[in-house]
Amino acid sequence: MTTSYQLKRADFIFKYENDWEEILSKCISRTPQELINDLISSELKGRGGAGFPTGLKWKLTAEVAGATKYVICNADEGEPGTFKDREILSMVPYKVLTGMAVCGYVIGAKEGYIYLRGEYFFLQPELNKAICEFEYYCKAINLDFTIRIFMGSGAYICGEETALFESMEGKRGEPRNKPPFPSNSGYMGKPTVINNVETLAHTYTIFKYGAKRFYDLGVQYSRGSKLFSVSGDTPKPGIYELELGMSLSDFVEEFGDGDTKAVQVGGASGFLVPRKRFNETAIGFQGKLTGISLPTGGSMMLFNSSRSMFNVLDNYLEFFREESCGQCTPCRVGCQQLLKGIKAVKRGEKNAKYLDKLLRLTETMKLTAKCGLGQSVANSFSAIVENFREEMIY
Amino acid sequence: MKKMAKKIKLSINGISLEVEQGTTILEAASHAGIIIPTLCYHKDLCIAGNCRVCVVEIAGQKRLSAACATPCEEEMEILTNSMNVHNSRKQIIELLLSEHNADCTSCFKNGNCELQKLASDYKILKQDFIRLVPFKNYTIDKYSPSIIKDDSKCIRCQRCVRTCAELQGINALTVAYKGDQMKITTFFEKPINDVVCSTCGQCINHCPTGALVEKNYIEKVWDAIADKSKHVVVQTAPAVRVGLGEELGFGPGERVTGKMVAALKRLGFDAVMDTDFTADLTIMEEGTELLTRLKSVLVDHNPEVKLPMATSCSPGWIKYIEHIFPDFLEHLSTCKSPQQMFGALAKTYYAKARNLAPETIVSVSIMPCTAKKFEAARPEMHDSGYRDVDYVLTTRELAIMIKQAGIDFVNLEESHFDRLMGESTGAAVIFGATGGVMEAALRTVYEIVTGREVPFENLDIIPVRGMEGVREASIKIENPLEEWAFLDGVELKCAVAHGLVNAKKVMESIRSGQSAYHFVEIMACPGGCLGGGGQPIPTSPEIRRKRAEAIYAEDTGMPLRKSHQNPEIVKIYKDFLDHPNSEKSHHLLHTHYTARERF
Repeated sequence: MTTSYQLKRADFIFKYENDWEEILSKCISRTPQELINDLISSELKGRGGAGFPTGLKWKLTAEVAGATKYVICNADEGEPGTFKDREILSMVPYKVLTGMAVCGYVIGAKEGYIYLRGEYFFLQPELNKAICEFEYYCKAINLDFTIRIFMGSGAYICGEETALFESMEGKRGEPRNKPPFPSNSGYMGKPTVINNVETLAHTYTIFKYGAKRFYDLGVQYSRGSKLFSVSGDTPKPGIYELELGMSLSDFVEEFGDGDTKAVQVGGASGFLVPRKRFNETAIGFQGKLTGISLPTGGSMMLFNSSRSMFNVLDNYLEFFREESCGQCTPCRVGCQQLLKGIKAVKRGEKNAKYLDKLLRLTETMKLTAKCGLGQSVANSFSAIVENFREEMIY
Repeated sequence: MKKMAKKIKLSINGISLEVEQGTTILEAASHAGIIIPTLCYHKDLCIAGNCRVCVVEIAGQKRLSAACATPCEEEMEILTNSMNVHNSRKQIIELLLSEHNADCTSCFKNGNCELQKLASDYKILKQDFIRLVPFKNYTIDKYSPSIIKDDSKCIRCQRCVRTCAELQGINALTVAYKGDQMKITTFFEKPINDVVCSTCGQCINHCPTGALVEKNYIEKVWDAIADKSKHVVVQTAPAVRVGLGEELGFGPGERVTGKMVAALKRLGFDAVMDTDFTADLTIMEEGTELLTRLKSVLVDHNPEVKLPMATSCSPGWIKYIEHIFPDFLEHLSTCKSPQQMFGALAKTYYAKARNLAPETIVSVSIMPCTAKKFEAARPEMHDSGYRDVDYVLTTRELAIMIKQAGIDFVNLEESHFDRLMGESTGAAVIFGATGGVMEAALRTVYEIVTGREVPFENLDIIPVRGMEGVREASIKIENPLEEWAFLDGVELKCAVAHGLVNAKKVMESIRSGQSAYHFVEIMACPGGCLGGGGQPIPTSPEIRRKRAEAIYAEDTGMPLRKSHQNPEIVKIYKDFLDHPNSEKSHHLLHTHYTARERF
């Protein structure tokens, strides 16, 4: 990755556009295949953090035979440091609803659900109004598609797609075994497309301006723009739409306070990058040629030198210990051991070598945990312990 | 016709093999003779994939996969013992141990614990992870007379939760809280004794560790045997004789009736008698009750009398219906279970015949069941004037006593039950298998009504046998004896269900009026008593099948196959009870039921 890349802003998501009726009508006058091709050639990848190609997801689900399918908008925005979906849903809900309806048209689903984070209950009245109006228009153009809001109950794990299905089915929010994947067996065991709020909003951009306009943004493997929730030690916290592929040093130059020690990319389950790696790190999806490139759901937390990295890690682990669903061993017990372990080292009850045992434990968690939660605890743990080892011990 | 499944080629540890599409890696490995350790996996239950002990490496994938939950795919190259797998697996076991109260020497499951075995196989000698047990507020629930639940030994594999939901349809045990607080508990964390639990003990049978065990009464029984002023009688349930061997050096499905009797005598019981005797008695009482009910409904049109009549031998089923279908209690036969009939007779009929003071008799029963412990503790079970059955031991507890006594069970010379309440027929033996009570009842009832044997070859009523969850059968009554003329042409409709999830299906179809049964047999446990919660661990579908074969073989080998032929039954009616459903039998052998809350 070249370091000379300039930070580029984009303005698609929050652009005020009062033409969703037109876009929706236009979309359903095209064939599903054309719409899928648009998405595939735009190279849009999931904006929730995992980065699965959206066009492929729709294609796979469209190909599965089945009378009943579902579209679910994942609005369980629970990753610490992420707050973009809330803004999208309150500022431009129609873009998301349109994305859902088009998806329903493409895959053959008549029902859509928005799984709304429990803490976002205040969005519900306005969102319901928007849905009402939206459904009214769907009826007018003979598009059989309805949208319901399903309120989450506050568990972080329910942002994991299969745990989200379980939660919607009235069960305990625990991730399922994969395969089967949602495209074959999702909500109620039916083929399901589940997309992040922002991903759906981007489909609106693509359907309106064409795939090329989107593709031209960003860099190879990481096309398009993305919303970033910037927080921490920064003079200008907020939500910014930036092109993907920027280098972290450019980002820090723009948003840092001049004393940035490390950046947490992608929330607690993401990656922590220390200052010495700012230059070589880019923000985007990993590809063969992009070097160190970090995918993210959009959370960017900046830490300056006044922050104790021990406290940062302690905070993350406290979070994971509590938010693990508890079903699988590596995650449930692993998180407890990591948290107790770093505290014991700090207090001198365990010697510094114990940190290496904990690093091996995170390796096991990464290899064996059932879902992304347990697998990703290793990311920030190993970065912090390896780069700020002295802060862990003294 | 079963559809031919697509074949898939793959290799495991370099061994090429071909399996049907849909086969999991775990199953494929076992075909190839490769053992992958498991904890949360159980053949009776759905796949959870949460312990992660069975992880394997698949070439080209950066993460390990749970062998139990991952279907084989074409050209997969799987390694079950790579360094990655070995190290991860070992660390997972270490994690489980750090959260587990590994006080093995004082654990009831010491020696038969799957976690202990893994720890031993993987030689986890240095445990440097921080012990988490002291940080948790663990409680031990000892209030139930049947089940002890010790959360400190729980590894959260959720086998018990799946058992309670899938096999029994009760959901008395469920998962609560998340993260480090996640635990297996009951409704509002009430004691097990206060919730809908049927006390069937299937959770115990499926628990890999000592988190769920039966409340054991071994020492109390030793004390009673040692007490010279007490006369200790013991009864053994039909299913025990086909399970006990598994704990003592025999394979599944070995019948050890004679050795069991000999061992009980060596343990020092004063009289070793047979629950099979009261099983025959149950048939006489319950069969007569069925005929009386049929007459009341068909001839007298008495709206108070309910059909279908349901069997009442399985105490897990009784507690279940009391909780879940309390409005259907009148459908239950008023007959006590064979265990409680025996208990009531031990301190009356037997005491009188042997000239013993009933208060000196200690009545012990050996049962494949943990619900029997609850049943024996019911306040109404005091019809002899004393507690009818003092102590109930599971098959497993008996095996422990036999080991403690140093009895070489395998080489033990066989012995016979003591007289008076020790004679039985094949009809009683099959009580231990699902459908057995129905078959035994039909053998007798049909003969009472028509004077002829049931029209099935060799008395084997095949339609009620088998392992399907719900089975239906009907038998048409033709040319009955004059007394039973009202039954001429009546097609007696029966249903058999085992596992409470199936009981629920039958009960719901009765409630909806879809099924006009006359008689239903329900056993709480899968396979009937032979798959009971007190039977040896492990119990699997295959093991249950073998035990069932043994039960039916025992039946076939008996000289007498019909309950009413049992000479001791004839004698007890002559000397003591007068006739079935007499006033005396109502007092001693029948009971009533209690509606319970549904927490």
